[in-house]
Amino acid sequence: MVPFAGWEMPVQYKGVTREHEAVRSAVGLFDVSHMGELFFEGAGAAGCIDRLVSNDIAHLPIGKAIYTVACNERGTILDDLIVYRLAAERFMVVCNASNRDKMSAHFAARFSGCTFQDRSAQTALLALQGPRAVSVVRELGAPAQLVDLPRFGVVETTLAGVPLTAARTGYTGEDGFELFCAWNDAPRLWSTLLTAGAAHGIEPIGLGARDTLRLECRMSLYGHEIDETTNPFEAGLGWAVKLDKGPFLGRDALLAVRAAPLPRKLVGFEMVGRGIARQGYPLLDASGAPVGVVTSGSPSLSTGKNVGLGYVPSALTAIGTPIGVEIRGKVIEAKVCTTPFYKRG
Amino acid sequence: MANYPADLRFTKDHEWARREGDNVRIGITSFAVDQLGDVTLVDLPATGTQLTAAKHFGDIESVKAVSELFAPLGGEVLESNAALADHPELVNESPYDKGWMLLIRPKSPTELDKLFDAAAYEAFLGTLDH
Repeated sequence: MVPFAGWEMPVQYKGVTREHEAVRSAVGLFDVSHMGELFFEGAGAAGCIDRLVSNDIAHLPIGKAIYTVACNERGTILDDLIVYRLAAERFMVVCNASNRDKMSAHFAARFSGCTFQDRSAQTALLALQGPRAVSVVRELGAPAQLVDLPRFGVVETTLAGVPLTAARTGYTGEDGFELFCAWNDAPRLWSTLLTAGAAHGIEPIGLGARDTLRLECRMSLYGHEIDETTNPFEAGLGWAVKLDKGPFLGRDALLAVRAAPLPRKLVGFEMVGRGIARQGYPLLDASGAPVGVVTSGSPSLSTGKNVGLGYVPSALTAIGTPIGVEIRGKVIEAKVCTTPFYKRG
Repeated sequence: MANYPADLRFTKDHEWARREGDNVRIGITSFAVDQLGDVTLVDLPATGTQLTAAKHFGDIESVKAVSELFAPLGGEVLESNAALADHPELVNESPYDKGWMLLIRPKSPTELDKLFDAAAYEAFLGTLDH
C-alpha cells in the first residue's frame, strides 16, 4: 500500500505485469473511489460548466460523457475532467483525487445559475475494464441499457441490486465500464463483480498497472504530462479546447497560445538503448544538449518496448527524431515515435 | 513465507552475500523482490570495479520504479551476471540462484561475518512496518 493524494492505495495485488495483461486480454477491476465526483444541477448548469471548462458542454447530448480540461486565466491546466450529462441540466464532473480539494473550491467559488455539490465522500467508483467486461456484467444479468451502452455513454441503472451511475468510460484504452455507487454499496459491488468475473479471468488491479495501461494509450496523468505550468495545446489536448464555443475561463490566454507557434510539445518516445526513462529525467538533442524533460516512462508491457512521454522543442517532434535520455548520468539513445504506443486490436 | 537460506548473510538494505571459496556472490533477497515487483532492468558495474561496503553499486528497475543497490561488503567485481541483461525476471524467479548479481573478491573476508545471519535478518524484517 502507498499513500496517494491522501488515500492508502495498493500499487499491485498480484503483480503489475499480471494485472496489466489481465486488462488487455480479459478483464480487471479497479477501486478508484479516490476520484472526485462534483455535481452541477439546476436550470443554468450547462452554461455554468461551459464557462469553466474548455470543451463544448452545451452540445453534449444527454446520456453522454466528454473529456475536457479546466484552465485558469493564464490558460494552463488546473485539472483534466470527464463531464457526464445525466439529464438536461444535471451533470457529474469527475476530477483527479490529487486535485479534488482544489477543484471543489475552484468550482464552489465560481458556480452560478445552478447548485454545486462535492459528493466525493459519498461516492465510490469501481472501474471494470477489459475485453471481457461486458461478459461480466452480462453474467450479473445487467439490463440492456447497461450492456448496450455506447462508448462514452452514461446511464443511471442497477447492477446486482446496487443502484449506480454506469458509464462506458475508462483509463485503460480497453472496452469497459466505470460504475459510480454509494460508498456503502461499494464493498458488495466489488465482491459481486470479482465473483462473477472469476470465470472470465478477472483480476483486481492496482495503481501500478493503472499507470502502465494509461501510458501505453498516451493518456495524460495530472502532475506528469499536465499541470498548472502546461497548456492544453502543447500537451496535445487541443482537440478538447473549443475556442469558438463562447467565453470560458482561460480562453483569452488560449487564443494567444493558439495564435503563435508552440515552443514545445509533448511527444512519445521509445528507448533505443537499454534503459527506462522516468519522470524528471532530462531529454537531450542529438548534440547532447538538454532540451526537455520526461513526464512519464515505463516498460510498455503490451509491446515489450521501454516508452515514455516528454516535452521537447517543436523542431524535435517529427517521428523518428533521435533524442537522448539522461539516465543516472548516462545518455541513452531514444527516438520520437507515434502514439498511442498500444492500440487495442 | 520466509525464504532466507541459512548459508547466506544479509544486510538491512536487503542484499544477500554467499561465501564461495575466496570470493563472495551477492544478490537481493526474496523480501526485496516482493517489494519491487516485476524486475525489468538491472544496471550492474563492470568487471574490475571496486565496491565499498554499504555504498551504491548499481540500480534495479521494476515496472514502477528504480531502486538503488548497495554493496554488502567492499571488494573488486570479478563477474556480473550477464544473463540479467536479457532476462531481468530471473531476479524475481530465482533471487538466490539464477538471479545473482555480482561475484566479488572481498577486501576483507571477515567483513562477511558482520552481516545478519538468516535468523537475525528475519528478526530485522519483523521490525519493519510492511
